[in-house]
Amino acid sequence: MADFGGGDPEAFRKEVREWVDANFPAELKSRPNPMMREERAEPSEAQEAWRKAVGSKGWGTPTWPSQYGGGGLGTAEARIIQQEFGRAGAYNPIGGMGVMMFGPTLLEYGTEDQKLEHMPLICRGDVQWCQGFSEPGAGSDLAALQTRAEDKGDHFLINGQKIWTSGAQYADWCFCLVRTDTSKKHEGISFVLFSMHQPGVEVRPIKLIAGNSPFCETFFTDVLAEKKNLVGPLNGGWSIAKRLLQHERGGLSGAGGGGMGGRSLVDLAREYVGVDAQGRIADPDLRTRVVHHEIEGRSFQQTAVRVMLESKGNSGPSAATSIMKNAGTSWMQLRQELTLEIMGHQGLGWEGDTFKPEELGAVRGWLGGKAFTIYGGSQEVQSNIISKRILGLPDLTQNN
Amino acid sequence: MAVLNEEQSMLRDAAKSWTQEKSPVTAFRKMRDSGIEIGYDGKAWNEMAEMGWAGVIIPEEYGGSAFGYLSIGLILEEMGRTLTASPLIASGVGAASALVLGGSDTQKSEWLPKIADGSVVGALAVDEGAHHAPEKVALAATKSDAGYSLSGTKSFVIEGLAASLLVVSARTSGQPGDKDGITLFLVPADAKGVSRKRLALADSRGAANITFDKVEVGADAVLGAVDKGWDVLEKTLDRVRAALAAEMLGAANQAFETTLDYLKVRVQFGQVIGSFQALQHRAAKMFTDLELARSAVEAALQAIDADSPDVPELVSLSKAKMGDVFHLVSNEMVQMHGGIGMTDAHDAGFYLKRARAAEAAFGSQSYHRDRYARINGY
Ligand SMILES: Cc1cc2nc3c(=O)[nH]c(=O)nc-3n(C[C@H](O)[C@H](O)[C@H](O)COP(=O)(O)OP(=O)(O)OC[C@H]3O[C@@H](n4cnc5c(N)ncnc54)[C@H](O)[C@@H]3O)c2cc1C
Ligand SMILES: Cc1cc2nc3c(=O)[nH]c(=O)nc-3n(C[C@H](O)[C@H](O)[C@H](O)COP(=O)(O)OP(=O)(O)OC[C@H]3O[C@@H](n4cnc5c(N)ncnc54)[C@H](O)[C@@H]3O)c2cc1C
Repeated sequence: MADFGGGDPEAFRKEVREWVDANFPAELKSRPNPMMREERAEPSEAQEAWRKAVGSKGWGTPTWPSQYGGGGLGTAEARIIQQEFGRAGAYNPIGGMGVMMFGPTLLEYGTEDQKLEHMPLICRGDVQWCQGFSEPGAGSDLAALQTRAEDKGDHFLINGQKIWTSGAQYADWCFCLVRTDTSKKHEGISFVLFSMHQPGVEVRPIKLIAGNSPFCETFFTDVLAEKKNLVGPLNGGWSIAKRLLQHERGGLSGAGGGGMGGRSLVDLAREYVGVDAQGRIADPDLRTRVVHHEIEGRSFQQTAVRVMLESKGNSGPSAATSIMKNAGTSWMQLRQELTLEIMGHQGLGWEGDTFKPEELGAVRGWLGGKAFTIYGGSQEVQSNIISKRILGLPDLTQNN
Repeated sequence: MAVLNEEQSMLRDAAKSWTQEKSPVTAFRKMRDSGIEIGYDGKAWNEMAEMGWAGVIIPEEYGGSAFGYLSIGLILEEMGRTLTASPLIASGVGAASALVLGGSDTQKSEWLPKIADGSVVGALAVDEGAHHAPEKVALAATKSDAGYSLSGTKSFVIEGLAASLLVVSARTSGQPGDKDGITLFLVPADAKGVSRKRLALADSRGAANITFDKVEVGADAVLGAVDKGWDVLEKTLDRVRAALAAEMLGAANQAFETTLDYLKVRVQFGQVIGSFQALQHRAAKMFTDLELARSAVEAALQAIDADSPDVPELVSLSKAKMGDVFHLVSNEMVQMHGGIGMTDAHDAGFYLKRARAAEAAFGSQSYHRDRYARINGY
């Protein structure tokens, strides 16, 4: 898609700015994005109004085609929208797994009818999706999944258990990997979609070490998926799943590329540790590690830019995504560790007013962040992918 | 493992069987879920005291057994394994050491027998900021008619909420940062003007911020010499650090063993995950590090028992090394367990949270690396 259709970026910026000023409810200014909260509350009227306004413009998914509810815009325009939202203290109310991973995958693999049915609802934020991939016995070895889908003519009947299903308790729909052939491993998996609002769907939230319950054990008993909601060919779900995981990883690696919010470690260290007469962080051991981390972060960002430039014309994520996922997530985890260390005793709080919200947030974030190197394919799985697919090293894993 | 004498072997065996039977990790979980404010189970503490654990470093004439620091380290190591929460370090090592090192005969007679039998819980009120910095004492003790008046704030006082006796570092002259001019005081926690605020910590253990508002104490509350409290304070802190490192050693070893067990049973790709060399080598590295850490921890405790001049150096070595190893092992515990390690129902999170709290307490790795370098003149 040509950026600005040959038009003027400044004119577009002006258009966005005026639209945001006219539509963004002032009471939401600089408030956190409710999408980013794991424990959902009923949205306020203003939140709903803002979601509908952005959704109907397609600006929450600016680069998606307009016939499916997206903005139909180029990446440069998308960046301008992001900048203008940021300038106004506005958040993007359209998000979740539908936007991050399912939508882009459906765009590549879905039929015209499937795209027309599901994508506009994602673009408007009307439907939330969850990912029914992992099972108790199928984590890193995802293709070992056992959840069965039986062919019943015009629909499938699904029986089995998923686990670690993020947001299952809030989701309207599930994109799910099911076994449609038990005689083969990878070639017996299909990718189906079904509503979470039907009998036979049971979700049990699981509490995390950070104290919250963002994910669930999910049980399916005779759950129905219509045939029209089979994505790709029967028994052809594995390559779609792998593609979707690349989108997931791409999204996760972004954690390292900025957008992590919060104050810089240097700022925090100035406050909690202090500086010497020359303005250096007073603890020289910590200072060295903060600098090291800053340099890692900068080189990660430089790589993100380089990958983007080099992949121009190339669509979407690739095997290099594994590099970015590993580099980005370890960087982020180290940042969380350093934040705690810098805060010292104040970085050990669980609750209560003896700690600032920022300090409590750092502790919960540090704990939650331990999942970055586990989900979306663990750190080790990514390293295996890099070794096999990029470096051409042989694989001795019994992967059949 | 250090070569143990007979009484030490017996002590260790007793500690092992008591913690495994009476205080497994499920007991810690129950304590956390019950929301007990002091951060430990009082009944369990009574049992520990009955077994004589609170008096292990206290001379026999004051009701203790004088088995020494390596001995209490053995107990703490077993307690660390099951994350047993108790005021043993704060009281049976911290307050007890301060009294043994600096107390007058009267003070010792008054407090040590009660610390040894567990009826008094002591705590060290030392730090005032976000980081351990025992020389940065601002809390002021000014001369008054009765003796001294104490005003100021102490933060992150471990077992500060449960304690009935506080060993408080106060400034009688000089500036925060000066080692001269620090005086130690024995302050009953129910003294007028003492107010405590519970800290709800990630590791669910007991701690408090304590404010002293014109707290009046007699001249006989001074522990050791006026303005010259630093020497006793530093020695006391080294004993606490060495003891804490022993607890961390036990916790890290258990975290490692639980993880190792999991590597042997969790199957992915048709094989146990422990067959993947990517995990094997990390397990081997952790095991190697744990062995090195054990040597460092035991050397520090033995140096204290021998009253050797290199205690400060060996203690900083021990706390720094142990902190690094516990940090690593607690992270790997979560990572190698995958999703299950992220759940509150699993123990991994407990070890992770305890690791960071123990790392920060009484000097982080970077504090002790710096101290080690200073002690050695570089
Ligand atoms: C917060 C969170 C949210 C999640 N959300 C979702 C969701 O929405 N939907 C969903 O389907 N899943 C979700 N997951 C599940 C996630 O994808 C799995 O946890 C992950 O794939 C790992 O699987 P596992 O937990 O079974 O660990 P295991 O696969 O058992 O791994 C255990 C350890 O072994 C290592 N290991 C495994 N195989 C190898 C190998 N070949 N070589 C070297 N090391 C190996 C792993 O890296 C890990 O360290 C979520 C997980 C978390 C923690
Ligand atoms: C200074 C020096 C002195 C030596 N002296 C002697 C001597 O006196 N007598 C003698 O007989 N030999 C001697 N050797 C040889 C030495 O024992 C071999 O170099 C060594 O066993 C490694 O074998 P290799 O060089 O064939 O490397 P390889 O075995 O080919 O190893 C190459 C790399 O692969 C790694 N690797 C190999 N197998 C595995 C595995 N299963 N898992 C993971 N990684 C693996 C190795 O660690 C290494 O990094 C000496 C070598 C050196 C460098």
